[in-house]
Amino acid sequence: MTKTQSLWNHGVKIGAIGGVSVLTISLIGMVQMFGKRFIVADFLPMGVAIALILTILTAYLAAKKTSIPDKSIQLANSVISGLMTAGVLSMLVIIGRSIKLRTVFVEASPQLYNILTGGIQGAGGIIFLLGVGLLCGVFAGILILLNDLWRKLIVNALATVFVLGLLQELIMPILKAWDLGVTNYIAELFYAMNGLTPMGAILAMIIFSIIYLSWYANREKIKKGYGDLPKETQKKTKYLGLLILAIILIVLPQVLGLFLSEVLTIVGLYVLLGLGLNIVVGYAGLLDLGYVAFFAIGSYVVALLTSPQIFDFGLNFWQALPIAVICGVLAGVILGIPVLKMRGDYLAIATLGFGEIIRILVLSDFLKPWLGGAQGIGSIPNPNFFGFHMVKPQHIYYLLLAGCILVVFISLRLKNSRLGRAWMAMREDEDVAQAMGINLVATKLLAFATGAGFSALSGAIFASKIGSVYPHSFNVFISINVVAIVIIGGMGSLPGVVIGAAVLMGLPELLREFAEYRMFVYGVALVVMMLLRPEGLLPEQRHKMALHDEPETEAKTAA
Amino acid sequence: MAMLELKNVHAHYGKIHALKDISITVNKGEIVTLIGGNGAGKSTTLKTISGTLRPSAGQIFLNGEDLGKYPAHEIVTLGIVQVPEGRRVFGQLTVMENLDLGAFTSKDKKRDAATVEKIFHMFPRLAERSKQLAGTLSGGEQQMLAMGRALMADPKILLLDEPSMGLAPVLVDSVFATIKTLHAQGVTILLVEQNARMALKTASRGYVIQTGKVILEDDAKKLLENEMVKKAYMGD
Repeated sequence: MTKTQSLWNHGVKIGAIGGVSVLTISLIGMVQMFGKRFIVADFLPMGVAIALILTILTAYLAAKKTSIPDKSIQLANSVISGLMTAGVLSMLVIIGRSIKLRTVFVEASPQLYNILTGGIQGAGGIIFLLGVGLLCGVFAGILILLNDLWRKLIVNALATVFVLGLLQELIMPILKAWDLGVTNYIAELFYAMNGLTPMGAILAMIIFSIIYLSWYANREKIKKGYGDLPKETQKKTKYLGLLILAIILIVLPQVLGLFLSEVLTIVGLYVLLGLGLNIVVGYAGLLDLGYVAFFAIGSYVVALLTSPQIFDFGLNFWQALPIAVICGVLAGVILGIPVLKMRGDYLAIATLGFGEIIRILVLSDFLKPWLGGAQGIGSIPNPNFFGFHMVKPQHIYYLLLAGCILVVFISLRLKNSRLGRAWMAMREDEDVAQAMGINLVATKLLAFATGAGFSALSGAIFASKIGSVYPHSFNVFISINVVAIVIIGGMGSLPGVVIGAAVLMGLPELLREFAEYRMFVYGVALVVMMLLRPEGLLPEQRHKMALHDEPETEAKTAA
Repeated sequence: MAMLELKNVHAHYGKIHALKDISITVNKGEIVTLIGGNGAGKSTTLKTISGTLRPSAGQIFLNGEDLGKYPAHEIVTLGIVQVPEGRRVFGQLTVMENLDLGAFTSKDKKRDAATVEKIFHMFPRLAERSKQLAGTLSGGEQQMLAMGRALMADPKILLLDEPSMGLAPVLVDSVFATIKTLHAQGVTILLVEQNARMALKTASRGYVIQTGKVILEDDAKKLLENEMVKKAYMGD
């Protein structure tokens, strides 16, 4: 008896977790909110897509966790999990349709129940819902039973459709803007006004599959072919890749248009912030939660020096920029000195306080004559590049691109320097690092100062981009965003920071409905990352080794 | 001639008086051992020598020079190098990176490369695993690495803090064999141990400390015969 129970254990338990997850996103209104955006036009709304993905994912996990490697039992478990998820939702529909839940859950509306039951009233709707759950379970079960290649192919093909559908608002206007016969034809073939056309979805899957399969069939040959090339040619290929990347980065804002360039500048500001914090957290291992302070200092220094509003120093952006960075560096040292002896949690709390102190000081009536108080400082002139006024986001983008390239270069050089090694050692073990002859005071202060300088650079560009600075622009959420970018991207990894900033700052700008759930999604993303990929999206090589190589090396040392 | 000399050293952790009037001398070319139970003040003594804990009274001399004026991170450049208790290798860094960090203060790259060769010759296991993360090494290998890392700093006097702790008996033997090899190469050693029998067999002189005081000092052979030492530290 207990034996059979344990067989279905995972299906029931994980299915229930899936049910509760979908229930949660339903009751907080995500399913409905994203119901207006379609992946496949008039057929698959994004809210439903998310619910389906969750159901399939949990069913897949249920099958995967099954301890007995028997295919029929794995399949049964994933089906049970899918049904379980649907069951939990059916309960919601049944209870919701008989009792008014809206007094407690605002989002538990008839529309939600209609979405969940495919618009069918009465028992038919429940059967529909359970049927969908069953299909999800079967689908997940099939995924488990397939071999690696086919599983990856199907999952990636579906992911491609999801991403293409999600970015409809982004891609279609670009294609239309070119206004060539070919691009217009492609745009109309793939996209309806509110998502992919069903034809487009199928085509996308087919095209992806062909590319994927042809790569898969030839990957050994391609890799070997590349490996056989002489070192010179390999080097040239690498430079060619970099050149193409550079051209893309330069052309990008021209292609993307105003709105998307604006999004790019936001991402760029956070890339700069992330690269700076990466030095402090990723390289030196000092968790700084008050990082926004230096961003604020950079902004306010530029504002004070260039705006005529309070002092009228009459400096231009380029004169103010180095002063802003130097002020940031000094602030980094000033913060660093009192927290030299602190580690870990204590350091995080102290720096969190520092961030708030700066914000409250700027906001205070006491400093209002000098810093403008709650009204902030306005009429900051745009940067002027040899007589060329950088007004549009596209122009600011190039400024940020230059800043990012500079900071990436400095970061790379620092990482492989003596100082970089001292940071690594300090991150690992402060006492031993000191015993190796590393001057902890200097090393720590240099980490804080470098990170703060980069942050101030970002702040300076921010001030001249926006044209005005207010205390409320510098709240603790900026620090939290940057920490999340560094952790999700992969601590210590430069490409990770860029990807992290693009995903965490770019996507919410593109999906405006998302804004309301931003913090919720961050929280979920952080938890999921810590469970599945603790090293981050694009990790530094050594972290990956440390977090995933254990079983293998254990076997080695045992032998 | 006294190479390292502690003169009437006192040390405090806040209000706790951890070292009470400790005087220890290590002559050039000696192996001197410091034995005592848990909390006797062995590791604290090493900390005051390496400068991470400052004596509240008394002085420490290296070749007659007072160490009080040097900050902790400069003491290693004078040739006092510590192998910390519990090994404490940099787990997330590779074996090679650990060794490189050992030579952090060194400016002579050629000598460093030669030292690496020497260490790899002494511990072939480390050479095999030079690209592996130190955290994935076994306890014995980590101890080798910790010693290798210390050797990278070109020590005149090596402070070993419980090198045998937590190792299998066969590895303990090899650790002590290594200590003898290093000694034969001219390194002066101050060895802190709980394994009193092995320590006294290896050392030429020994100090016994208890609750922060030196209660006995003698030739290692005589301490091995001492009834009190036998009873208290060797379980006879």
